[in-house]
Amino acid sequence: MSLAVFAGGAQFMSMGLWADPVPVFGLALATLVVNLRHTLMAASLSGRMAEFSPWQRGAAAFLMADETWALAERQAQRSGLTPGYYFGLGVTLYLLWVLGTLAGAVLGGLIPDPLRYGLDFAFPAIFLCLITGFVRDWRALPVILAAGGTALAVHATLPGMWFVLVGGVAGILVAAALPTGKDAVT
Amino acid sequence: MTTAPLWAILAMALATYATRISGFLVGHWLPTTGPVRRAFDALPVAVLTALIAPVVLSGRAELAGALVTVALSLRLPMLAALAGGIVTVALMRAAF
Repeated sequence: MSLAVFAGGAQFMSMGLWADPVPVFGLALATLVVNLRHTLMAASLSGRMAEFSPWQRGAAAFLMADETWALAERQAQRSGLTPGYYFGLGVTLYLLWVLGTLAGAVLGGLIPDPLRYGLDFAFPAIFLCLITGFVRDWRALPVILAAGGTALAVHATLPGMWFVLVGGVAGILVAAALPTGKDAVT
Repeated sequence: MTTAPLWAILAMALATYATRISGFLVGHWLPTTGPVRRAFDALPVAVLTALIAPVVLSGRAELAGALVTVALSLRLPMLAALAGGIVTVALMRAAF
């Protein structure tokens, strides 16, 4: 699954839905919903991929997991995104993901309690670092409050990954409503 | 052993790819200024915040770890900030 899907959130979700017989249609639908955020994210990244050929875009879409996308956006803001950077990053993450899955399958039983070592916190911590890297001026604050607050409310009321999509939309709506300035983002 | 698991994985792969490629295909039509552009520029921060907000506020250990990570990431390289956050969470969990 890690070889073909390469989407952490959807893969973890699918473990919760996996049953016998395997609900093929339900898994496909749930994957679509969980990964809907990638449509927004890809649309945003698309504007920074002027140097990519159509073929490269097609391949880039396969590698665009959350982490690939976040680091590519950061690179685009710093010095522009090149195909070399994107594929170097994407292929590295892909190989590590597959190797990590393999290692987990082989060695998983040896770590009695991964939560004790705080390792699960690596994922939010990476994204926190990326967020602080994106913040340019005060306009980020209302966006963060709107996205975070909405995500919390949706997380408490709806199952699945809807909170990511709804919270993200709330954040960008606030951004659209904010005034522009000389030092606007990007 | 049936082939259903393979079909499920294939279906999930196609669904994942569809969400991503559709974004690339509509991206050309985005304006370069105005409210829609501002919304897309804010998208990384908005989506990442929404993604982690429930985890960060799920307990005292996570909140403390998040504060340490953010504080460190303003001054230090990312790996140092990551390590600080993870160690904070582990210590907090051990202490309470």
